Amino acid sequence: MDEKIIALKNEITDKVASAKTTAELDARRVEYLGKKGSITALLKGMKDLSVEEKKTFGAKVNELKEYATQQIDDKAQALKEQEIQKELDSMPVFDITTPANLDRGSYHPITLVQRQCETIFKSMGFAVIDYPEVVTDYECFEALNIPKHHPARDMQDTYYLQNGQLLKSHTSAAQNAILKKYGKNLIENGVPIKAIFPGRCFRNEATDACHENTFFQMEGVMVDKDISISNLIYFMKTMLSEVFRKDIKVRLRPGFFPFVEPGFELDISCLICGGEGCPSCKQSGWLELCPCGMIHPNVLREGGIDPEEYTGFAFGLGLTRLAMMKYGVKDIRDLNSGRLKVLEQFTDDE
Amino acid sequence: MLLSMNWIEDFVDLSGLDKLELIHKLSLSTAEVENEIFFKGADLSGVVVAEIVSVEDHPESKKLHLLKVDAGDGKLTDVVCGAPNVRVGMKTAFAKVGAKLGEIEIAPRPLAGFESHGMCCSEAEIGISDDHSGIMDITEDVKNGTDIKDLYAIDDIVFEIDNKSLTNRPDLWSHYGFAREFAALAGRELKALECEELTQYNNLRKIDMKIEDPLCQRYSCMQVENITRSISPVNMRIRLFYCGMRGINFLADLTNYLMLEVGQPMHAFDSRKVEKIRIKRFDTPFTFQTLDGVERNIDENTLMICNDNTPVAIAGIMGGLDSEIVEDTTTLTLESATFDAVSIRKSTVRLAHRTDASMRYEKCLDPEMTTLAIGRFINLLKKYDGGAQVVSALTDEYAYKYDTVTLDFDKNFVDRYTGIEISNDTIVKTLTDLGFKVTLEGDNFSVVVPSWRATKDVTIKADIIEEITRIYGYDNFDINTTRSPLYPVRAEAVKNNEDRIKDILVKKYNLHELHSYVWAYNDEMKALGIPVEDNVRLANATNPNIETLRNSIIPTQLCQVKANTGYGTDFGVFEVGRVIKGLKEDGLCNEQKMLAVTLFSKTKEMKELYLELRDIVAVIASDLKHKTLTYKAVAPAHSYEHPVNLYAILIDGEEIGTIGILHPVVSRNIDKKANIVFAEISMSAFTEAEVAPIVYDEPSKFPSMTYDISVEIPAGVLFESLEKCWANEGKSILKGTRIVDTYDTEEIHSITVRFEFSSNERTLSSAEIQEIMDKVIANLSEIGVTLRG
Repeated sequence: MDEKIIALKNEITDKVASAKTTAELDARRVEYLGKKGSITALLKGMKDLSVEEKKTFGAKVNELKEYATQQIDDKAQALKEQEIQKELDSMPVFDITTPANLDRGSYHPITLVQRQCETIFKSMGFAVIDYPEVVTDYECFEALNIPKHHPARDMQDTYYLQNGQLLKSHTSAAQNAILKKYGKNLIENGVPIKAIFPGRCFRNEATDACHENTFFQMEGVMVDKDISISNLIYFMKTMLSEVFRKDIKVRLRPGFFPFVEPGFELDISCLICGGEGCPSCKQSGWLELCPCGMIHPNVLREGGIDPEEYTGFAFGLGLTRLAMMKYGVKDIRDLNSGRLKVLEQFTDDE
Repeated sequence: MLLSMNWIEDFVDLSGLDKLELIHKLSLSTAEVENEIFFKGADLSGVVVAEIVSVEDHPESKKLHLLKVDAGDGKLTDVVCGAPNVRVGMKTAFAKVGAKLGEIEIAPRPLAGFESHGMCCSEAEIGISDDHSGIMDITEDVKNGTDIKDLYAIDDIVFEIDNKSLTNRPDLWSHYGFAREFAALAGRELKALECEELTQYNNLRKIDMKIEDPLCQRYSCMQVENITRSISPVNMRIRLFYCGMRGINFLADLTNYLMLEVGQPMHAFDSRKVEKIRIKRFDTPFTFQTLDGVERNIDENTLMICNDNTPVAIAGIMGGLDSEIVEDTTTLTLESATFDAVSIRKSTVRLAHRTDASMRYEKCLDPEMTTLAIGRFINLLKKYDGGAQVVSALTDEYAYKYDTVTLDFDKNFVDRYTGIEISNDTIVKTLTDLGFKVTLEGDNFSVVVPSWRATKDVTIKADIIEEITRIYGYDNFDINTTRSPLYPVRAEAVKNNEDRIKDILVKKYNLHELHSYVWAYNDEMKALGIPVEDNVRLANATNPNIETLRNSIIPTQLCQVKANTGYGTDFGVFEVGRVIKGLKEDGLCNEQKMLAVTLFSKTKEMKELYLELRDIVAVIASDLKHKTLTYKAVAPAHSYEHPVNLYAILIDGEEIGTIGILHPVVSRNIDKKANIVFAEISMSAFTEAEVAPIVYDEPSKFPSMTYDISVEIPAGVLFESLEKCWANEGKSILKGTRIVDTYDTEEIHSITVRFEFSSNERTLSSAEIQEIMDKVIANLSEIGVTLRG
């Protein structure tokens, strides 16, 4: 019987060592240690032995069983390590430097700039208002202290419609509605009117690289007790510095607009040259950006607000111009062209 | 408008001050100064008065002469000159060797065989007029060798004001007006205009003049005789030239000079033609020849100056040819008047003829100025032509006088408006410098507005704020935030929805946002075979391509798709924009904000592309409203719609838009090989749909079970009919269904639907699920949907 054990032990040693895969090893485990395996068979052949022999032989078989188990487990561990190593070694190197697939949509550049402005003003408690493109003469002119035959109407070549309405020539056309909408809350509850209204405006004029008949502005109004010119400068400077993500120098010059008094033209230090003077700013160091002013008492009154008690400022920021400045768009006509080669570049912005 | 600094300094002493700095200040405090400032005479040196001592013809050239000139340097200089007007004894402007005329530096040079040591100059060559017909003829009695700049005021700083920034300032259309601003900015005194005292002529006869129309506010006139001077003094001509006007003759120049100096347009008539001045309109239209020789149509609204019933000038715009000063005019009648600004402006527009005079009248000139201007005119006339004689009394009718404007306010008002501290002293000084009469008692101001600001410009208290702050300087303002309390601000729903939809379209579906115009593009749409549908039109479009407003974004978007066919094989675009769907009952435009999406593909099957667009629309509804859309087949309403697969999109049973395939006629015009689908949704209808709340469904602790069935669907049966077959089955435990496979051949359309069951209370049994599915299968077979083998 001992020979059998020795022979089997040798066989196990060889066969386990020669196993090449986990699957092969698993087959060996069954072959030797399974219910019908060789070692189990040895135990079955013990029934003819004496008690003493059984004891001795049994111990030897158990020893063999332990030996086989150990051999197989060790081999399993080795094979597993080999296979992991093989898997590691077989991984090819991918070229991470190949161009990434950046296929994606795009926002209109006006949307991007508009959102930036909206975010800034929302953070300062301004409401964002949506307003129609077709308005009445009252909204666009009368309510803004621009009566019929006022020379200011000449400054804006307006598209009139057959029904007597018109395409709004400036976002200020929303002012009256804003004052009326929020005025009650101001007067009764002391909640200041703070609103911006981005929108499309129209002027009946020939188009070229610098002129469009359709463009975007963003109107802003703030009305409360004691709103001052000093406040106006603060808000304009803060907003523009946020939009351009740097400290922007602003300056006011007198400007005539019938719906503000005093009225201003707001210039910002040239973004290209920083104020030194360059072709972009015609050597002046300044760019004219935004008409603004203290809301004219007649406009407040028309909106149901007593100008003796309340003051406010309003501004009309050229969103189209801002977008062109921010992104370096040279030809204003590109913006309404729908040319994807131009517009696909504006994927998103901060 | 061009301004001469020399001229301004006639009225305010700015010596010792940095002029450029002052001009910059003017731009920040008064009116926009154009960037380019002209330093007149800066590039001119070495030009002196010289006398031509001898003139010889050039032996070979008919044009050239050989001159000897005396430039006051004790010798005679040889000069070759081509001017036709050379003569012995003539004094002229002579550029010596070494002189500079702009870029040119004069050096001795041979000219047609003779050496020329300098150049005799025309007025144009030294930059004081545009006359280059001959060399300058200097009539002043000065020593040879006198520097031309010592003789004439050639050195000057000239700058230009953007006229647009003066629309509300009638007082600033003159040098005297700007001198007042400079005086206020520099804190210097404004000098009074030197004027003839006109009352001395009161005993002379009056002119027969009568205002017969309320559009004339004031008419002042006076007659002058015996004017012998025909050419204006050089310095006057230089100023006019620097300010952009051509010298004509002494009288014409003097009226122009007055207009530029005090801002009052004036006109000189031949007295023989205006014996009976009447200012009126005519009932019937007629033609009238203005002094530029043009025949103009005059209608019943145009105010005319007449000699009794014969028109002699268009009031405030231009004189007539017939009453112009001519060679044999001996007596002239000087007009200085003001007219209704709106009337002048409208006449200008009707006549399509804007003049320097009408430009000023449109701004509401101060009627107080008419007699002042005549006084100044006579003063200058007599100064430059000693023989001139006034032969009439000042004849003046002042029909419309503006009210005196007095404004009362207190210090607190100024503080509120400015947000900074400006002292009472500063306020008083600023306003006084600008011509306001100020009374201050305690903190209460009472301010009388000067007549030249009171015609329309300064009428309310807020106007005073501008006067105070602009001179104070906005650069000097402290910048402060507000002290308003905080309140929550809720975003407008439509704006919120628009922003989120854009994000979905750009980020999830890679679509590109476009903007197109609010009107139909006639030409581009015609090329695509899309007729422009009748809608509200522009009343005054100057471009025939854009007369009708769009009632949908899709056609303009398709024009843009057409322009992008070379961009790629597949792309999708969208726009959130506005359309006008005709008029509402109240006659106002029915304006709506729409979302329009178009997908273009040369690689995808139509079905795939169409369902992709359906998915986009469904995701928008699911994301923003947590709702499922339904669809209703509709008949085409527009020529570009394919009649098949055209559906109205509904949310909560309300129509919000349309989805469809492009009609092949249009599609072929865009790209024969491309499939194109579109959808348009009303933003307001979509926004109005309520947002369904998110109902949290706690995941079950018990295992869920699935059950797949593959069914064959007969043609014409829609999936929504299938859904009805299980809508009422297994309600509490059927958690959802989805299509996990589709199988289509020519003959059959088949799908595999996976049903998911789960319960929060127990483990489900196969039997109960089988029971439910048997019912579902039975329901399906009733509508002809059978299990696939």
